[in-house]
Amino acid sequence: MEKFDIIIIGGGPAGLNAAMRLSNMNYKTLVLEKEKVIGGKLNQWDKLFPDFTPAIDVLKYLTENIKQENTQISTSTSVTKIDKSDNLWKVTDSNNNEYLADAVLITTGFDVFDARRKEEYGYGIYPCVITSVDLEKMLETGTINFPIETSDRRRRIAFIQCVGSRDEKSGNHFCSRNCCICAVKQAIEVKEVVPDSDVYCFYMDLRMFGQHYEELYRRSQQEFNVNFVRGRVSEIAPTFDNRVVLKAEDTLLSRPVKMTFDLVVLMVGMNPSEGTKTLSSLLDINDEYGYVVSQDEHVADNLTNKAGVFVAGTCKRQLTVPETMKDADSAAIEIANFLNRR
Amino acid sequence: MIKFGYAPVVSRTLDLDSSDFSLRDELIREVPSYKKCIGCGGCTSTCSAHQHTEFSILRCNMLFRRGKYDVLEKELDKCMLCGKCLLVCPRNVNTRDMIIKMRLLVQHKNKKQ
Ligand code: SF4
Ligand code: SF4
Ligand code: SF4
Repeated sequence: MEKFDIIIIGGGPAGLNAAMRLSNMNYKTLVLEKEKVIGGKLNQWDKLFPDFTPAIDVLKYLTENIKQENTQISTSTSVTKIDKSDNLWKVTDSNNNEYLADAVLITTGFDVFDARRKEEYGYGIYPCVITSVDLEKMLETGTINFPIETSDRRRRIAFIQCVGSRDEKSGNHFCSRNCCICAVKQAIEVKEVVPDSDVYCFYMDLRMFGQHYEELYRRSQQEFNVNFVRGRVSEIAPTFDNRVVLKAEDTLLSRPVKMTFDLVVLMVGMNPSEGTKTLSSLLDINDEYGYVVSQDEHVADNLTNKAGVFVAGTCKRQLTVPETMKDADSAAIEIANFLNRR
Repeated sequence: MIKFGYAPVVSRTLDLDSSDFSLRDELIREVPSYKKCIGCGGCTSTCSAHQHTEFSILRCNMLFRRGKYDVLEKELDKCMLCGKCLLVCPRNVNTRDMIIKMRLLVQHKNKKQ
């Protein structure tokens, strides 16, 4: 059974950043990634808010700076068992390989909310309704595919915020924190690809908390004429020409509104990934959603109640990419301290 | 006296100092979820009464919160209690129950005065 200093479960931005830090401190590191390739959600996003950094650049930086001789990466590998044996952690993977390590770092991340669960929005039923992840794939190719052909009509695109977040009906009370600014970013990108179009964002609150977020929101209004309507969309229905009509309340005018769109983008929220849910419950460190609970959010946010088990990134809560990276940095410091005390 | 047709202009300010909040605790006891409304408009967007009249359940909630019971009684009568709004509310406000209890409370209060 091979022995490592640290096993990192999940090869997304958090896991790779921690691997980069720890391997450069000369700790023997193993990264287990369930997908065929490493990178996690960085592979699903074209550009990152708020400065349009290509996600691939971040991934490249991480892979180029991992110290190869100290790092082993195993893809298409998920964890099925994890238990303590003596003072070490024993991790069993889906290929029945067993590894030993002094410490384990959980970086299993998030999955986007399954938009089919909000049936009233018709995802998977009407081709005009897509998710923010689907749109990101289109943006990567540089074209927006409208399901319905037309030559004589100005295109209309809607963004619906808080899909599967802040919604007791889907069981998610939390705000996903990324989707407001992501909608603004994507609205701008859509206007760049299709300048001759009208873009509307339907929101409950616009949460522009990060640095340069508010500025990007302002730019979307000033330079790109993006329209914002304050009201939750109650339903989406098909029209006779296969577009969709969207119904909401314009709460600033106290009147119901409806409008027909060529494309509706659902800003899907963040849920703990399957891997996160499995591991957090295996180790009995899960909250009501299945997120991993850290020991103390203020002073021990990379520790868990299991000695030697550390946590970083969006398997803990909803974080942006820069926040995730910094969280993995601090996890690496905690782990190094822990390993030095062996 | 020459009449110029002027009249004093009444302030439109919602004067919360003169609001009556006496029913608030009772409604909270009966329908605790009433407090959770975030004013998103999901309910009004789906409400048939709101499509054709000025009636707005969201506005009723806000009037009640601000202690403006006098205008409320007539408003509350326009709800058909169909419950459509219940299906969309992201905060699971028990909207229909809220309307019924509000109506009872306000009617009782206004009768007494
Ligand atoms: S970030 Fe914005 S869109 Fe996303 S859940 Fe929070 S309020 Fe809703
Ligand atoms: S219960 Fe009343 S407020 Fe709700 S949708 Fe029906 S009529 Fe509108
Ligand atoms: S849908 Fe619910 S939260 Fe939104 S305005 Fe109506 S009662 Fe309030």
